[in-house]
Amino acid sequence: MPEFTDLLFYGLAALTLGFGFLTVANPFSRNPVTNAMFLVLTIISMAGLFVLLHAFFLAAIQVLVYAGAVMVLFLFVIMLLDLPEENRRQIKTLTLGLGTIAVAAIAGIFIKAISHAAPLAASDRWLDGETKPLGKILFETYLLPFEILSLLLLVAMVGVILLSKKDLK
Amino acid sequence: MFDWLNYNPTAAFVVFSALKIGIAFGVVMTMVAYAVLVERKVSAFIQDRVGPNRTAPPLALKIPFVGRFLQGLGIFQPMADGLKFILKEDFTPSYVRTIYFWLAPAIAVIPALLTIAVIPFGSMLGSEKMVIADLNVGILYTFGIVSLGVYGIVLAGWSSNSKYPFLGGIRSTSQMISYEIAMGMSVIAVFMMVGDLNLSRIVEYQSGGLHHWLVWRQPLAFVIFLVSAFAETNRLPFDLPESESELVGGYHTEYSSMKFALFFLGEYANMIASSAMMVTLFFGGWQPLWGAAPAGSVFAGLTHILWFLAKLVAFMVLFIWVRWMLPRFRYDQLMDLGWRRFIPLALANILATAIGLGLYSLASN
Repeated sequence: MPEFTDLLFYGLAALTLGFGFLTVANPFSRNPVTNAMFLVLTIISMAGLFVLLHAFFLAAIQVLVYAGAVMVLFLFVIMLLDLPEENRRQIKTLTLGLGTIAVAAIAGIFIKAISHAAPLAASDRWLDGETKPLGKILFETYLLPFEILSLLLLVAMVGVILLSKKDLK
Repeated sequence: MFDWLNYNPTAAFVVFSALKIGIAFGVVMTMVAYAVLVERKVSAFIQDRVGPNRTAPPLALKIPFVGRFLQGLGIFQPMADGLKFILKEDFTPSYVRTIYFWLAPAIAVIPALLTIAVIPFGSMLGSEKMVIADLNVGILYTFGIVSLGVYGIVLAGWSSNSKYPFLGGIRSTSQMISYEIAMGMSVIAVFMMVGDLNLSRIVEYQSGGLHHWLVWRQPLAFVIFLVSAFAETNRLPFDLPESESELVGGYHTEYSSMKFALFFLGEYANMIASSAMMVTLFFGGWQPLWGAAPAGSVFAGLTHILWFLAKLVAFMVLFIWVRWMLPRFRYDQLMDLGWRRFIPLALANILATAIGLGLYSLASN
C-alpha cells in the first residue's frame, strides 16, 4: 500500500502535467484566456508539489507572485487586446525538428541532474518550511548572485518603461 | 465519551478539524447575512431613516413583547433576503461566455472563505488549538489566497461580454494588484518586529495587555493596511469596480439571483477576512484588553473566542460606517494614492523598522 504523500505526489504531478499540456495545446479551445487560466492551474498544482517537499515558503510565494500577480497581468493584457481565437497552424517539418531538439536537450539536462541528485532523505532539508534558513542562504551564501539578479530585474524594468514610451522628450 | 479520540491521533485530528471548519464556516455565513442587515440599519441611521423593520415570519409576532421588538430590529430580514436570492429567476444572457460566466461567482467566493483557515480565532478549547491550520507561513498563505480573489471579478467582467462589466473588471484588476503591494509591504514591518510569519506566534508576541498590541508599535503599517483593505475588498471609498453612477453595476451588471448573491457573499466574506487579519496582526488577536495566557479551561477558551469576535465586529462596523460617510475617489486619485504615497511610505516604514531594530539590538548587547 503506497503512502498517502506518494498518492498526493502522483496526483499533483499528473495535474501539473495535464494542466501544462492544456495550456500549450488545448484540443477543446483555442481561446487565449482559457490557456492563461490553465497556466494558473498549473502554477497552483506546482505549489502543491512544493508543499509536499516541505518548502511552504516557496509554495506560498509561487501562488502569491505567479498566480496572483503575474498571471493576472497576463490576463489583463489578453483581455484588453481582445485577441481572436487562434487558428490551428500547419505544423512545419523544420519547426517540428527544432522543437524536438530543444525538448531532447532539456530532457537530457534533467535526466543528468536527477541521476546525480541525492535522494531526499539524505539531502539536508534546509528549505524546510521556515523562512529563516532560506533568508540566511540567500543573504549570506549567495548574496552576490542575488544582488546581481535584482539589479538585472531593475534594468529590465527600466528598459521596458523606456521602450514603451513612444515620444521621449 | 471521547476517550477513543485519545488513542487515535489521526482520527482526533480529522474529527476536530472537520468540526472547526464546519463551525467557522457556519459562523462566517451567519455573520455575512447579519452584516448585510447591519449595513442597512447603519446606513438608515446615518441617513436619518428607519431601515428594514417590517419582515417577520408567520407566528413570530405572536411571541409576547419580544416579537415586535425583533421585527423592528429587522432580525428576520436576512432570511427573507436569502430566500429571495434563491427563488429569483437565474437569468443568463445569450451573449455571455457561459463557462466563465458560471465559474466567476464561485471563484470570487472561495478565496475569501479559504483565508479564514489560518486565522487563530481563539487560544485553546480543551486541548485543541483554536485555529484550523497553524501554518508556519500563515500570513503569506493569506496573501497568496487573497491575491487569487481577483480572478472572480476579472473573469466576471470579461465573460459578461458587455462594456460596463468589462470596464469594472479591468479597474478591479489594476486596483487590487496595486494595493496588494502596499498591503504586503506594510506587513513586512510587522514580521520584522515579531520575527515570525506564523499568525499564532504574532498573537503570542502581543500578549501582556493593550499596550503590547502592535498597532502602537507599527501605526503607519496599520494605517496602510487598513486603507489597502478597503481597496482590496472593493468597498467605498474605493468601490470603483462597481461604481453605480458610471458603470451601472460594474462586473456584476449581468448577474442575477444566486450568482449575484455569491459576489455579494464574497465581498462580505472578504471584509470578515480582512477584519480578522487586522485583529490578528495589530490588535492582539484573541487577547482580552488586559492580556491573557492561552486558556486552561473551557470557559476561558470561550471568552477568548468572544473577544476575537468582538474585535472583528468592531472592524466590520468600521467598514460599514466608512462606506456611508465618504464619497468615492476618482480613479487617478486611487492609483496615485496606492503607487505614489503608500508604496514609498511602506518602504520607508520597513527601513525605519530595520534601523530601529538594529539600534535596539546594538543597545541591548
